[in-house]
Amino acid sequence: PSLLLLLTLTKLTNCFLFSPRQEIMKWNGWGYSDSKFLFNKKGQAEFTGKRYRLSGMTLPSLQDWFENTFGASVKHKSPPVLNASVVPPPRLNEAFVENLKATGIPFSNEAEDRVFRAHGHCLHEIFALREGKKFERVPDMVVWPNCHNDVVKIVELACKHNVCLIPYGGGTSVTSALECPPEETRCIVSLDTSQMNRILWLDENNLVAHVEAGIIGQDLERLLNESGYCTGHEPDSMEFSSLGGWVATRASGMKKNVYGNIEDLVIHIKAVTPRGVIEKSCQGPRTSTGPDIHHFILGSEGTLGVVTEVTMKIRPIPEYQKYGSVVFPKFEAGVACLREVAKQRCAPASIRLMDNKQFHFGHALKPQVSSIFTHFVEGLKKFYITKLKGFDPHQLVVATLLFEGDRERVLQHEKQVYDIAATFGGLAAGEDNGQRGYLLTFVIAYLRDLGMDYCVVAESFETSVPWDRVLDLCQNVKERIIRECKERGVQFQPLTSCRVTQTYDSGACIYFYFAFNYRGLADPVHTYEQVEHAAREEILANGGSLSHHHGVGKLRKEWMKDSISNVGVGMLKSVKEYVDPENIFGNRNLL
Amino acid sequence: HPHQATQMSNYCLNILVFVTLQQRDPMLKRDCFEDILEERRNSSDLKYALRCYAPVLYKGVTPCKANMLKNIVLQSDQLHYVINQVSQESGEAPDIIQEEASVILEEMAHRLQISTVRCFAFALSKAFKTLFQHVCVNEEGIQRLQQAIQEHPVVLLPSHRSYMDFLLMSYILYTYDLALPVIAAGMDFMGMKFVGEMLRMSGAFFIRRSFGGDKLYWAVFSEYVKTMLRNGFAPIEFFLEGTRSRTCKSLTPKLGLLNIVIEPFFKGEVFDVNLVPVSISYERILEESLYARELLGVPKPKESTSGLLKARRILSEDYGSIHVYFGQPVSVRSLAQGKVNRSTYNLFPRHIPRKPMEETQSFVNDTAYRIVRLQEDNMVLKPWVLMASLLLQNLEGLELSVLTEQTVWLRGLALSYAAFLDWPAPTAKVVSSSLALHRGLACVSGDRVSLVVGEPLGPVTPEEALFNRAVSVLSCASYRNQVLHVFLRPAMLAVAMLHLSDEVYNCFSFLWDMFSNDFILCPGDTVQDFEEACYLLVKTGAVQMPQQDIVMTDIGQPTLSFFNGLLEPFLQGYQVVCRYLCEEASEGLTEKQYIPAVRSFAVKLILAGNLRCYEVLSSDMQKNALAALLRMDAVRKVKNRMISHINQTPISPSLSLVAVAEDLYRDGLTPSYIR
Repeated sequence: PSLLLLLTLTKLTNCFLFSPRQEIMKWNGWGYSDSKFLFNKKGQAEFTGKRYRLSGMTLPSLQDWFENTFGASVKHKSPPVLNASVVPPPRLNEAFVENLKATGIPFSNEAEDRVFRAHGHCLHEIFALREGKKFERVPDMVVWPNCHNDVVKIVELACKHNVCLIPYGGGTSVTSALECPPEETRCIVSLDTSQMNRILWLDENNLVAHVEAGIIGQDLERLLNESGYCTGHEPDSMEFSSLGGWVATRASGMKKNVYGNIEDLVIHIKAVTPRGVIEKSCQGPRTSTGPDIHHFILGSEGTLGVVTEVTMKIRPIPEYQKYGSVVFPKFEAGVACLREVAKQRCAPASIRLMDNKQFHFGHALKPQVSSIFTHFVEGLKKFYITKLKGFDPHQLVVATLLFEGDRERVLQHEKQVYDIAATFGGLAAGEDNGQRGYLLTFVIAYLRDLGMDYCVVAESFETSVPWDRVLDLCQNVKERIIRECKERGVQFQPLTSCRVTQTYDSGACIYFYFAFNYRGLADPVHTYEQVEHAAREEILANGGSLSHHHGVGKLRKEWMKDSISNVGVGMLKSVKEYVDPENIFGNRNLL
Repeated sequence: HPHQATQMSNYCLNILVFVTLQQRDPMLKRDCFEDILEERRNSSDLKYALRCYAPVLYKGVTPCKANMLKNIVLQSDQLHYVINQVSQESGEAPDIIQEEASVILEEMAHRLQISTVRCFAFALSKAFKTLFQHVCVNEEGIQRLQQAIQEHPVVLLPSHRSYMDFLLMSYILYTYDLALPVIAAGMDFMGMKFVGEMLRMSGAFFIRRSFGGDKLYWAVFSEYVKTMLRNGFAPIEFFLEGTRSRTCKSLTPKLGLLNIVIEPFFKGEVFDVNLVPVSISYERILEESLYARELLGVPKPKESTSGLLKARRILSEDYGSIHVYFGQPVSVRSLAQGKVNRSTYNLFPRHIPRKPMEETQSFVNDTAYRIVRLQEDNMVLKPWVLMASLLLQNLEGLELSVLTEQTVWLRGLALSYAAFLDWPAPTAKVVSSSLALHRGLACVSGDRVSLVVGEPLGPVTPEEALFNRAVSVLSCASYRNQVLHVFLRPAMLAVAMLHLSDEVYNCFSFLWDMFSNDFILCPGDTVQDFEEACYLLVKTGAVQMPQQDIVMTDIGQPTLSFFNGLLEPFLQGYQVVCRYLCEEASEGLTEKQYIPAVRSFAVKLILAGNLRCYEVLSSDMQKNALAALLRMDAVRKVKNRMISHINQTPISPSLSLVAVAEDLYRDGLTPSYIR
């Protein structure tokens, strides 16, 4: 069967259409062009397209929630400017172009292709695109290598002609990592890995797959599923982010409790650097051969080279999956419960705790109820929780759960977790609530585009922190944001919301949403950036890390020295110095 | 052009100083006062005591029962850690230590009860109306406080001049329907069985005066305070000065409790802590002559209920009015911005007690000084304070008309130095009513105003006469001391100019250093204070600063000589101490022997007619002088024994303590004495 599989997998590539994704995706917002939120003529929100569970549905409570939360009004529109931004002319390195032509590797210097790869999804980037503002610097050309050897050739040519390379995977960076350094005077070439999207082989004896690093998360998962396997690595961006990007930023998946984070999943990495190719000589599950060289590449954020191929652990698709949710009277109780679950090491594949604001947010996304009966049941549930159990609707929080495994074990596991929850005052609140919680993470970025249509800017950021500081950090960061907004003249109460998204033995990952109505502000993006900066300082002062999985990019460079010490920075510098002395991989992330 | 450049820089300096003055002193714009007794005189006290009391709390927390609070403390990780540590060190079972902790907490904890507070509200209304003419409060400050209480944990930091202070504070907060504070009180109150319990039920918690190395006690105590702060159950109140100031000068702040209440901010347990300086000024202090006697070595009477009953006779006297000024809340977060890196707390478990880092220590120290200065700034000064300053420079007495005239002059000077004066009527009237209120201290006979010396019955020895005179001088000095913070910096400059006109800054800096136990001089602020002094003297025309010189002007003569007279007692006091240490002190002098020995040395000098300064007899001054000499390494302590080596202490290449002391020597003491 494995041979057959190999054949079906390799015929996928389309050599003539280099950027099929570019065609079906928005150029100035998140995700697919056909999927977006809008307020229809009746004033009801709906989600267009057919791709998601919410697609084609109307969401009757979203408008109220939106207007009440932000003091926004559907009358105050701020639609994107539709003329594409002015693109600076390419600075081409003729000799490089000549040599590249000779290799037959496809490339382009069309303005559209270049701008598409000049940014990630930071607020300021998307805002600039919507406003039709000019990017100071964009890549001068784009190349589409088809395999590892193509990459080797490109890197050799780049070194020979002193051309700057910026690897580009899924383009979902939120750290300004894809931004071209404005001071870069050399020709900048965006190295788009999207054509390297094959599973090269699959080894069922050792449960590993060897995959090209340009593959997008959902494709990888779909292809593996066809043969009965999965990686289980599901970052929230998995629809669009690439394997190489995960490695380069130390990504984390929702189900890491079962499958591990990217660094646990990776068995072997092949990467091309200006010094040559780096890889290990075996696929032993663990080695003691000095510091793990994988860890120079994991999190290198495109500063050392391009990841071309990765051998990754795979698992058989779980027999049974079950969502669940637990309502707690207060955030404190929820955190205590998650801590206990982590202590007993019985965390389900995913366990997340949403704060009260996010709980209401989730509820605002409930589609229109089709029958009176469902309506009645919903009302009854609400009555039970708020009236009979005495939960304050403005305090209660919900934990969403996802269990995986064989049916019996899942049910057993479920009971164990619900029993622990009960000791912290938690009440089981059904599968539906749980599933909706996870849905929120996939549509949140679409919702940001909706907000931006109505003068609301929004962003998310994350950190990791020891257990005993979780509550204080959440509270202080929220308060800092509110205070900073006030001091900077934001005229409406900002939305600050957080959730605990990952649990570890000694701490947790916390994810913040932050949004505000910017009407009356001269430069909303600048204000936003100042507040986010202050929020990050607050996180660091409260024992949080610089990043749990988004990375550093250029957005958080200034704190690297404090985060990893001078010697630490020196070590990274010396690696860069050896591997890439000419700074060919010149995106200037991290250091 | 160099000349222009200096002028320019002088000009810039002035602007800079002015700006910093304004920053330090937001009180250039001060709130108005409201007399809270007025309503009490017009409506029922009983109704007032029984009225609905529903204060707003920190972020709407539900009030916490005293017992619940104790449980939280006893179950905290912080306390468990120390209990286990102590148990390992002592070999006792953790249960026993836990029991010990519980006993300590029982002894310490408050048991705030609204019924007791109502009793106090009733009784105090009656008492205040008899004792005082007015109790004035700045209502804007109350509003600010109310706002602050809802937003962040609040720490109330009142000045401490009288036992009355904390009753008064609670009384005011009750009157304005604000959350009642929990108050750190010294254990000595517990001596008064009944009263102690009453105070406990009105929100006081009791701490031992000294518990040096007692880890367990410290852990229980600090966790108790922090728990209250973190949860915002009630504002925490304590006295930065640690004890009542017997001299009415602000005392050097104590840092223990301040450290405790600030730490939760550094550890990220609270978003911010608001420190609210409160200045309580009494027109006449209840403990007036008691303090003077205490300073002269008559021991402080032990707190006892019967003593309190005996003190009833004070109820028949008039103590004028009280002004309570609630200052601007000071945000610890804003203060610490850029000074303390909170992330240094990330690498150590928060529940394990740890000595504060150097950075933190100096921050807390700075903060403490800053708060005490804010207290000083908002102290309301009564006309008598100025009159006392003048009378003390004219011990033989003054014509009433001269006194009035000089008071008017001094008022103008004080106002231009931003003093917070309360001047309820035209000066002549104010002078006579002040003299009436303080008739125990000053009397008018014919046209002359002079200090009253209480004449005991029967024959009087010279020592007794001296003692009586000292009591009235020290009582009077406690009023003069209230204005010192306004004049201190320019006065030190004036003294420096008089004695060492070519090295004014060095001399100023020497005085600054020497007096930093006696006055509130923020560590490291020498230059800033010098600039402030220059600025103020130039502003009032007392000096001119052509180029880099400082020159006295003709019109500045009275100001400068007044300033000299103002600091004279302190200069003399320090000289006498130096003289004693050089001439008389034996090698084995212990700290315990020191005060009585200096006192009898000074008594001898006075009786012999060689010294006319009575303030030297104050134990406060003697202690401060010794502390200064120790700090400046003129004297060293060797196993509790003092070794003086004043003669060898170099201050700067051209200055030595001896040289300066010589120069400062006047009034019948010849310079050769100290050599």
